[in-house]
Amino acid sequence: MSRYTSATDADRKEMLATIGVESIDELFADIPAALKLDESLALGPGLSEQEVFEELRALAARNVCTDDEISFLGAGMYDHYIPALIDSLILRSEFLTPYTPYQPEISQGVLQAMFEYQTAISELTGLPVSNASVYEGPSAVVAAGYVAKLARGRRRFVVSRGVHPHSREALRTLAHAWGMDVQEAPLKDGLTDLPGLDDEVSAVIVQQPNFLGAVEDLEATAAAAAEAGAISICACDPLPLALLKTPGECGVDIAVGEGQPLGNRLDYGGPSFGFFTTTEELIRRVPGRIAGETRDLDGRRGFVLTLQTREQHIRREKATSNITTAQALNALAGLIHLSWLGRRGIVELVELIVQRTAYARDRLCAIEGVELLHEQPVVREFALTLPVPVQEAVAACRERGVNPGYPLERDYPEHPDGLLVALTEKRTRADIDRLAEVLEAAVQAGARELEQVAQ
Amino acid sequence: MIREADDELTIFERSRAGRRAFVAPSLDVPERPLDELLAPALRRAEPPRLPEVAEPEIVRHFTRISKRNFDLDTGFYPLGSCTMKHNPKLHERIAALPGHAHLHPLQDPARAQGALELMWRLQQALGELAGLPHVSLHPSAGAHGELAGVLLTRAFHEDRGEHRSKVLIPDTAHGTNPATVTMGGYHVVAVGTDTQGNVDLDDLRAKASDDVACLMLTNPSTVGLFETGIEEIERIVHGVGATLYYDGANLNAIMGISRPGDMGFDIVHFNLHKTFTQPHGGGGPGAGPIAVSERIEPYLPRPQVVRRGGGSDEADAVYDLDYDRPKSIGRLRGFQGNYGVFVRSYAYIRSLGAPGLREVSEIAVLNANYLLAKLRQEGVLEYLPAAYDRLCMHEFVLSGAPMKRELKIRTLDLAKRLLDFGVHPPTVYFPLIVDEALLIEPTETETKETLDRFAERVAAILREAREDPEIARGAPHTTPVRRLDEAGAARRPVLRQRF
Repeated sequence: MSRYTSATDADRKEMLATIGVESIDELFADIPAALKLDESLALGPGLSEQEVFEELRALAARNVCTDDEISFLGAGMYDHYIPALIDSLILRSEFLTPYTPYQPEISQGVLQAMFEYQTAISELTGLPVSNASVYEGPSAVVAAGYVAKLARGRRRFVVSRGVHPHSREALRTLAHAWGMDVQEAPLKDGLTDLPGLDDEVSAVIVQQPNFLGAVEDLEATAAAAAEAGAISICACDPLPLALLKTPGECGVDIAVGEGQPLGNRLDYGGPSFGFFTTTEELIRRVPGRIAGETRDLDGRRGFVLTLQTREQHIRREKATSNITTAQALNALAGLIHLSWLGRRGIVELVELIVQRTAYARDRLCAIEGVELLHEQPVVREFALTLPVPVQEAVAACRERGVNPGYPLERDYPEHPDGLLVALTEKRTRADIDRLAEVLEAAVQAGARELEQVAQ
Repeated sequence: MIREADDELTIFERSRAGRRAFVAPSLDVPERPLDELLAPALRRAEPPRLPEVAEPEIVRHFTRISKRNFDLDTGFYPLGSCTMKHNPKLHERIAALPGHAHLHPLQDPARAQGALELMWRLQQALGELAGLPHVSLHPSAGAHGELAGVLLTRAFHEDRGEHRSKVLIPDTAHGTNPATVTMGGYHVVAVGTDTQGNVDLDDLRAKASDDVACLMLTNPSTVGLFETGIEEIERIVHGVGATLYYDGANLNAIMGISRPGDMGFDIVHFNLHKTFTQPHGGGGPGAGPIAVSERIEPYLPRPQVVRRGGGSDEADAVYDLDYDRPKSIGRLRGFQGNYGVFVRSYAYIRSLGAPGLREVSEIAVLNANYLLAKLRQEGVLEYLPAAYDRLCMHEFVLSGAPMKRELKIRTLDLAKRLLDFGVHPPTVYFPLIVDEALLIEPTETETKETLDRFAERVAAILREAREDPEIARGAPHTTPVRRLDEAGAARRPVLRQRF
C-alpha cells in the first residue's frame, strides 16, 4: 500500500462486494485486452520519504545557485530578496491546495486576493483593467498579441528588437498559426527605431526597460501605433514601474510582463506569473480569470470570477483565450510582496537599485577597453561591450566566484562581445567592486592572450 | 471559516499613510541626483497607491482571508476532472532547497547539471507512462500543452506539404479543447456521443476527411468512461492522415494499466497539477508537458533537455539544452518551463515507483466505483441517476434532472447545500451533454469512510429537500458569504479597489 492511499485489504474486499465485482481488474474491463500493459512500467520501485529527499537534495547540490556565487544574471528574471512572510503565508494550505474558485462562497480568500492583486498591478501599470494572472512573461506578450489580432484583424505585428528574445520567438510561433507576419523594428543607440506603420499592422510591441536595459519612449510608440490604428503593447519589468512613467500615462493599450521580480523565486525559470493589464475599451477581450466585486443575499461584500462569457468553459471555440489554470499562487506572492514594499518602500527600493546600477555601470566602464553598448538611461540592467571574447571572460569571472551577467551573442549576433549586467538590492557595493576586480583581471588576461595570438 | 457580519477589509482599506513593513538596505554607493540618472520626463507623476501597512497587519490580513477559503487539507474535494488528490508535504521542502529554488534560468547548463538531469529523468518517466518515446516539459499548463499539440500537428502536416483546416472534438470535451483549436488557427468540428457514452463512430466516420488535421480526445472521457472503440477510432483518424491527440486530464485512471502511446495517440499532454500532485494554488501554477511519437519529435518546442555521452555509465553523462532544432515550432514561453513543478512531480514519481503509480489508478477507479455503488445503496440514484449505467473509471456523471423535477431543487442547490457540511461540491453543469450534470471524482487518496460520509450526506440533503426544498434553495447558510450576485458583477464590473 503506498503512503498516500488508505485502502486496506479489508476495505478493498468490502468495496468490491458493494460494487458487485470480484476484483479490481474487473473494473478495467472496458479497456481492450490488447491495450492492457502486460508488464510493469520501467520506473523502478517506490522509495521512502527520506530516500526521495536525499536523492533530490543531491540533484540540487549539483546546481550553482545564486547563494553559491555573486550573480549579476538577469535578462528577464532577477535575484531579489524575498521577505520571510511570503513563504509563511503562501504555504498555508488554504492558499496552497484549493482549485480555481468555482464556488465563491467558500473561496473568498482566493477571490479577494485576486481583486487586491488586480488593484496593485493596475496601480503599477497605470491601466484600469487587470486580470488575475497569465502564465509568465513571454506568453503574456503572445496573449496580448492575440487580443490585438482579434481586435484589429490585420496581418502584421511590429515588434521591437528590444523585446525579450523569448517573447519574440513565442510570438513568431503563434503568428505562424494565425497566418500573420512578424516584422522586427531594429534598435538604434539602444532604443527602438520604429518603421513607418501602415494599415496592415495589428499591434506594435515594445519592452520597458528594453532587453538591453534602456528606458524606451513609450509615449512616442503609443502615439505612432494609435495613428496607424494599431494596438500598442508594452512588456514591462514591474519593479521599475514604481519610478517610470506608466504605460497608462503614455497611452499604451496593453501592458503585460513577467511577475517574477515580485516575490517569486527564480526556480530555474518557473513557476512565476505573468500580468496582463489593459484599457476599459478592451475589457471584454481580456484572457483568463478576472475577479470582480459584488454583494451576497444579505448585502455583504463578496468577490466572484466575472466576465466569464470571455472564457473557454462558457464560450468554447469563441473564447478570447484557452487559458484555464494560470498562476494564482504566484500572483498572490506578488501581491504580498507589493503590500510589504508599500507605496513609499517600492520607490525607495527601486531608487536604491538605480543608484547601485549607476555605480556599477561607472565602475565597469572604467575598465580599459570595456565600453557601454548604449548610453541611454537605465534602471537596473545595462549592456557592455568587452574588448575580449565574452565567453572566456565570463568563464574566468565564474572561476573566481562571480557570474558577471548574460552574454548577448546567442540572441544578438550583432553584439558578439556584449554582456548584460543586472542589479538587485542583494548586490552590494562590495559585490560590485568584486565584479569590477575580477572582470578587469579577465579582460586583461584576455587582452594578453589576443596579443600573443596576434604575434 | 471566518464568517462575520461586517465586510472583510481589503489590504488597501487597512492602509494608513506613514505605515511601512519594508526598510531598505542602506545606500552604500555615492548618491547621485535622481534627475541625473532618470530625467523627470521619464518618471511617473505619482507613486503607485500600494498599501501602507506594517508587517503584523499584512500577516493578519492574509491569514484572515485565507480562513475564508475551503481547502484540500481540510476536507473532501471531489471536483470532477480536477483530480484533487493529496499534495505531499515533502514536495514543498524539496522544492524550496536553494539549489532548486535559487537557480537562475540562464545559468550555464554546465553549472545546472542537477536541474537538467532531474528534467531529463522526468522526461523519461513521463514518456514511459505515456508509452511514447519523446517528451517536452515546456508548456505551462494543460491548455498550453494542448496548444503545443495543435501547433505540432500543423508543423507535421506542413512539413509534408499538406494544409488541413479542421480539428475534430467530441461534444463531451473540456472547453479548453475547442478554445485551443481556434487559437491554433483551425476550425472546430464537433463529434457526437452515442447512448453508451462513447464517441459516436458513425458520426466520426462521416466527419473524418483529408481536411481534418487532428482528433482531440480525452480517454477516459469527461463522462468517466473508457472509449471502448478506441482501436477503431485510431484506425479512422490515422486512415485520413490526421493526428490523434490525448488530453491527459484523466490520466489518473490508467497509469501502469494502459498507455496512450499503445492506443495509437501521437501527442499526449500531462497535467502535473492534477495527476502528479503539484498543489493547485487556487488556480495555478501547473505544468503541461507533452509526450509525442517519433514522427512528431522533430517539431517539439525548443530548447529540449538532452543527455550527451555517458552510454551505460550514467556518471559520465552530461545534460544540456538543445537549441539546434531546425524544424521546431519554437518557443511557447520563456526559459525552460515550470521547473519548480517538475521537482514536485519527479519526487512523486520516485516516491511511488511503478507499483505505486499503478496502485494510484487502481484505487482511484475503485473509489469512484465504490462511491457510485454507495450512492445507489443510499437511494441517491433514484433522483440523481448515473448518466451512463456502466462501470466507471476514476470519475462518474450523475444527472440531477429527476431531482429538479421531483424535489424542486437543482444541481446548483445540492452543490450549495454541500458547502454547509464542509464538503467541496463536485463539478456541476459539466459535461454539457448531461442535463443538470454532476461530475464526481473522489481520487485515490480518500478513505472509504470519507466516501461513506459523502454518500450519506447527499442522501440526507435529498431527504431534507423532500420535506423543505427551500433549505437547499437558500443554501449555503454557514459560509463566510451567502450566494453572490454574479449577474450584477458582470453587468457592472468592479475589478479593482476604488480610492
